Amino acid sequence: MLLQNLAVLVLAGFVGFLVISKVPNTLHTPLMSGTNAIHGIVLLGGLIVLGLGAEGTLDKILLVIAIAFGTINVVGGFLVTDRMLGMFKGRSGSAKDAGKEETTR
Amino acid sequence: MTVVQILYIVAFALFVYGLMGLTGPRTAVRGNWIAAAGMGVAVIATLMIPGMGNWWLILLGIAIGTAVGVPSARQVKMTAMPQMVALFNGVGGGAVALIAWVEHRQSDGFAHGAAYVAIASLFAALVGSVSFWGSLIAYGKLQEILPGRPIGAGRLQQPVNLLLLAGAVACGVAIVAGVSAEILVIGLLVLAAALGVLVVLPIGGADMPVVISLLNALTGLSAAAMGLALDNTALIVAGMIVGASGTILTNLMAKAMNRSIPAIVAGGFGGTGGPAA
Repeated sequence: MLLQNLAVLVLAGFVGFLVISKVPNTLHTPLMSGTNAIHGIVLLGGLIVLGLGAEGTLDKILLVIAIAFGTINVVGGFLVTDRMLGMFKGRSGSAKDAGKEETTR
Repeated sequence: MTVVQILYIVAFALFVYGLMGLTGPRTAVRGNWIAAAGMGVAVIATLMIPGMGNWWLILLGIAIGTAVGVPSARQVKMTAMPQMVALFNGVGGGAVALIAWVEHRQSDGFAHGAAYVAIASLFAALVGSVSFWGSLIAYGKLQEILPGRPIGAGRLQQPVNLLLLAGAVACGVAIVAGVSAEILVIGLLVLAAALGVLVVLPIGGADMPVVISLLNALTGLSAAAMGLALDNTALIVAGMIVGASGTILTNLMAKAMNRSIPAIVAGGFGGTGGPAA
């Protein structure tokens, strides 16, 4: 089980390296924000530990906080990334498909 | 092959495809939503794991997270985006640290499982705690709650940081060696917290985006370690992808600013380009 998981770990690492080979400078921050949202996957860790039988009040409280943190990470991360990207669109002012996204301000 | 595993694979595909989209200006918006869809699939799959319980508490956690996350992401000013990303990154790291702490409590100090479970959990706890507190300091600096200029102990800085790291690792080693006292895991979290604070405090505001990216990669790594401990492929894959891509991205960002990562992390270090904020 450990060996399999380590193999997955190494391969996922290579995927991560390869995906980010060429990125234009302007996209650095949105990309950081996007990957930031993805590591909100830790939410699943909280779900598993709480869902599969955590006992004790303190443990439950800690896990609810952990799940709340994870959810903030995921939801906030993707929304902020979207707003950043919307800002780029608004600024360039091109007629790509500017009508689709709400360009706040 | 269970439904959960199949859905996880779908989620991985969406993550990778979404990230690829995020690297191009035309596909970025769509890429972001594809990755978000992947996250939705992963969450639903996890909730389908047989034997899940504590539903009300799970709902409570998700409800609180949504109630806090959505408005703060929607209302934050465009100029305040970087510190918001720091904050979102920090809570991710905090979640990892909390989960690792609970794991320690639930297993009598990792007394019964394999050694790698303890090692992976403690690594996750250490890195998660560094990331949480480091990100809070980064937020404070960019939000101008804390002064943006480098604050450091000068020559003492590096030895103190090393001492804190050594102390945290020593707590971890003791736990793996079989000492189950809870004070050790709390000590590890606190020492790592102090380390996170002290590493980020001496860094000037102008370098902060690179630091946030570095902390982002670290949180990814801690998520992957937590995945090893919990034997959860979704955490391993998504965490490691972020850990690897985040490292590359940090390097790219540092290069774009003509800075090197070691020079930035070493802090005020001559103050070159630091106190521009």
